[in-house]
Amino acid sequence: MVRFSFCGHDLIALPQGALFWPARRALLVADLHLEKASWFARGGQMLPPYDSIATLADLTALAASVGPAEIWCLGDSFHDTGGCERLPERACELLAALTHAHRWTWITGNHDPVVAAIVGGEAVAEAELDGLILRHEADPGDPRPELSGHFHPKLRIHRRGRLVSRRCFVMSETKLILPAFGALTGGLEAHHPEILRAVGPGAEALVPLSDRLLRFPVAA
Amino acid sequence: MLAAGRAGRSVLLVAATGAGKTLAGFLPTLVDLLEPYEGLHTLYISPLKALAVDVQRNLLTPIEEMGLPIRVETRTGDTPADRKARQRANPPHILLTTPESLSLLLTHPDSAQLFAGLKTVVVDEIHAFATQKRGDLLALGLSRLEALAPGLRRVGLSATVADPDSYRAWLAPHGDMDAVDLVTGDPGAEPDIAIMLPDDDRIPWSGHSGRWATHHVMRQIERHRTSLVFCNTRGLCELMFQDLWTVNDNGLPIGIHHGSLSVEARRKVEQAMADGKLRALVCTSSLDLGIDWGDVDLVMQMGAPKGSSRLLQRIGRANHRLDEPSEAILVPGNRFEYLEARAALDAVEEGALDPDIFRPGALDVLAQHVMAVACAGPFDEAELLAEIAAAAPYAGLSAELFGNILSFIESGGYALRAYDKFKRLRRNADGKWQVTNPRFIQQHRENAGIIVEAPALNVRFRNGRKLGTVEEYFASTLSVGDTFHFAGLTLEVERIDTPELIVKATTRPARIPTYVGLRMAMTTHLADRVRHFLAEPETWRRFPDDVREWLEVQQRRSLLPQPDQLLVETFPHEGRHYLVLYSFEGWNAHQSLGMLITRRMESAGLKPLGFVSNDYALAVYGLEEIADPAALLSPDILEEEFVDWVQGSNLLKRAFREVAIIGGLVERQQLGKRKSGRQVTFSTDLIYDVLRRYEPDHLLLRAAWEDARARLTDVARLGGLVERAASTLVHAKLDRVSPLAVPSLVLIGRESVPAGLADDDLLIEAESLARIAMAE
Repeated sequence: MVRFSFCGHDLIALPQGALFWPARRALLVADLHLEKASWFARGGQMLPPYDSIATLADLTALAASVGPAEIWCLGDSFHDTGGCERLPERACELLAALTHAHRWTWITGNHDPVVAAIVGGEAVAEAELDGLILRHEADPGDPRPELSGHFHPKLRIHRRGRLVSRRCFVMSETKLILPAFGALTGGLEAHHPEILRAVGPGAEALVPLSDRLLRFPVAA
Repeated sequence: MLAAGRAGRSVLLVAATGAGKTLAGFLPTLVDLLEPYEGLHTLYISPLKALAVDVQRNLLTPIEEMGLPIRVETRTGDTPADRKARQRANPPHILLTTPESLSLLLTHPDSAQLFAGLKTVVVDEIHAFATQKRGDLLALGLSRLEALAPGLRRVGLSATVADPDSYRAWLAPHGDMDAVDLVTGDPGAEPDIAIMLPDDDRIPWSGHSGRWATHHVMRQIERHRTSLVFCNTRGLCELMFQDLWTVNDNGLPIGIHHGSLSVEARRKVEQAMADGKLRALVCTSSLDLGIDWGDVDLVMQMGAPKGSSRLLQRIGRANHRLDEPSEAILVPGNRFEYLEARAALDAVEEGALDPDIFRPGALDVLAQHVMAVACAGPFDEAELLAEIAAAAPYAGLSAELFGNILSFIESGGYALRAYDKFKRLRRNADGKWQVTNPRFIQQHRENAGIIVEAPALNVRFRNGRKLGTVEEYFASTLSVGDTFHFAGLTLEVERIDTPELIVKATTRPARIPTYVGLRMAMTTHLADRVRHFLAEPETWRRFPDDVREWLEVQQRRSLLPQPDQLLVETFPHEGRHYLVLYSFEGWNAHQSLGMLITRRMESAGLKPLGFVSNDYALAVYGLEEIADPAALLSPDILEEEFVDWVQGSNLLKRAFREVAIIGGLVERQQLGKRKSGRQVTFSTDLIYDVLRRYEPDHLLLRAAWEDARARLTDVARLGGLVERAASTLVHAKLDRVSPLAVPSLVLIGRESVPAGLADDDLLIEAESLARIAMAE
């Protein structure tokens, strides 16, 4: 795991698509989109009803390996407002264990403006942690250093006849966008104009591997 | 045909192109309709919309000349909605349609009345799709029609096929081939086929497109009235078109036609062809079927023909008069392709065709059909099962598997019953199954269909004129300002606005688009013939000098394998150690094997660097000598590595995407429907991963796996090869490259995929290149 510096803070981008903040022992994840499959099932597309279980099992494993004191979810944790009530039993258990074992905060996003009390944790629209603003969607007008989600950035590289597509972080001088953590969440290419507009000039895509952090310049 | 018609017998008519099959198929219908008739009498089903339209034209002429009171109409995806509605209320005597449109007709509650009086179904070009998923759909449709109109006569029209009996069984209810008479047409004159050689008779060592022959091909075009120039891939088709225009000194009208061009562009060139305005058309398998253009007098095949049946059908595109021979020229690209061309020519002369492989009906197609039936009205489970099992591809369908299909349609068929409140089907008070909400019927009609396109971008000019589509992978290699050849034009990328690629014409040098996916593989039948050539020097007399010499030197320096032997050569070359395996199992199988062998070399410390393959051989190379090739090919490669590799591969993900769409799990992503900044879509790859993790026995995974195994016969061929390897492998250890190895090693335009380079390594490599390129 390689540390990188963002606005004076040492951070670690994890290959699983999450951010670890050693100074606070904080684990940050964005865009879990829990119960995305059942949202589509309501409309007749019966996607496998295992996405929440998969996402929370991955998060449980990640928490077990990095040992955070606090976990922050940067919004769109549920795919829609009613997602919370559709959680299968196994997913509820996983989530309850997670919110019980850590200080847990839901930053609310555009998909889940209200996070129901039944799953535990505390819900806030925004937070400021040691000078970093945590919110769901980057605010280009805010000059303060900021961590956010929302865009699901991914990087697509074609080499030697193969197309490699990977979730990635996008970082500029004062903005850091996390990849989506949810099992069924697709992605938007890192150089998409909407992402560039959100982070401003000089953006890089960060791709963590197990032993190093790759950096790719992104431009329109 | 008339006798069978009078007796009310079903019939399969097998005849060469141009023998007037289609009209013969309609004769008994026309005779019947001399008497006044109320309602739909005959349904004609063709694999191509264009063919249905063409048949209507051809049928109307005799009907008008004889002054018969017969109404003939077409119904395809292009038919306006108001006409479709009218056709159901007031049907014509003869309706011309496609398997997909028939399936959609069957979703309407009034289909029972519509088809109640149906007397005959005519299935055209049956050889082109009976063995495929569209054939499964049609077989199910025929069973449904039989239930609505018992005793229906079935008429199949087919090009010459190796085994007509299997088509009779496919056509008959309950697979009973005796219920279908066989009528064989006049075979017509023998075709006149030649193999084109360079002026000096020296066939190139390498290449696979016959590009060396551009001038020769042009001369043939000049000498003939109208020529068809068949290419094996869309990329080669674009390349050949560009090449021909550079030597088209007389400015002859030459067009281009392939499956990625927009419908508008294809219709335009088809019309020009029909009007006799073109001297040549450079095309792909997109013209294997379709409209008869009487004026074609020469068919050219660029590169290897890949199969004798296909070759014969392509040749049949020329000269639709039975009494005159069709003229065809094969243009081999290299020496192996010469052998293949020779083998195909021999096969055609002997009338030996490639056998067709009938496989069990696909489960995703079955799910689509069951939903279609449910849309029409409530159904009884046991009755529908019996009806489906009467379709040959689904004979023996078990009640249990059928139950799984129903449960899949109902709520996804998952062990975790999470969607019981969202059910699409439920049992009503009578115990029959019915759709729970009309919007699911609408959803089905919008998404039904068997053809699933690869993810692609629309190519268009700024003024909106559509040129066609390029695959996502190729598009991802393009940046603004890049140039490529497409639709016979040279284009520059102005803007990439997924899913659209906005282009303008340019004169700058350009690349040819690549198309990922499977290539057409040489049939096992032709592969066997080529193996026999190698083993039988007495056959070489017929070959040009340099081909004969090539084989003679190979015989002296290395080995020529017996037909049942697998030759493996190892030799050092330019500081690397090579292993070349001559298995003749096709490019797709060789690519898979290359991946597996290099992975094994990696773990054996043989330091693989890459591999390269063609239809005939696979060459792998690395830094260490491979002393024991047999160890790399031991059969356990299939049990562990192969299954692992296939499951993790794009092959199965592509298959999964297809079955998920056909089976109705997910809706089609409409091309042109804009993705917004926020993702509201999902990727079938991610669904695949989640499903594999939590419910590996799910019906759709099974369907995807069967698809990959059955349809990609190359995978099965690979299995056969590895199983045989232990007993048939002969190892020639050489001190330098052998003559037989050269065509495989000097392949142009093939990327060798380096072994041991996982996705991570590709990313690392990309990052470091970017850093070097951007360094101050």
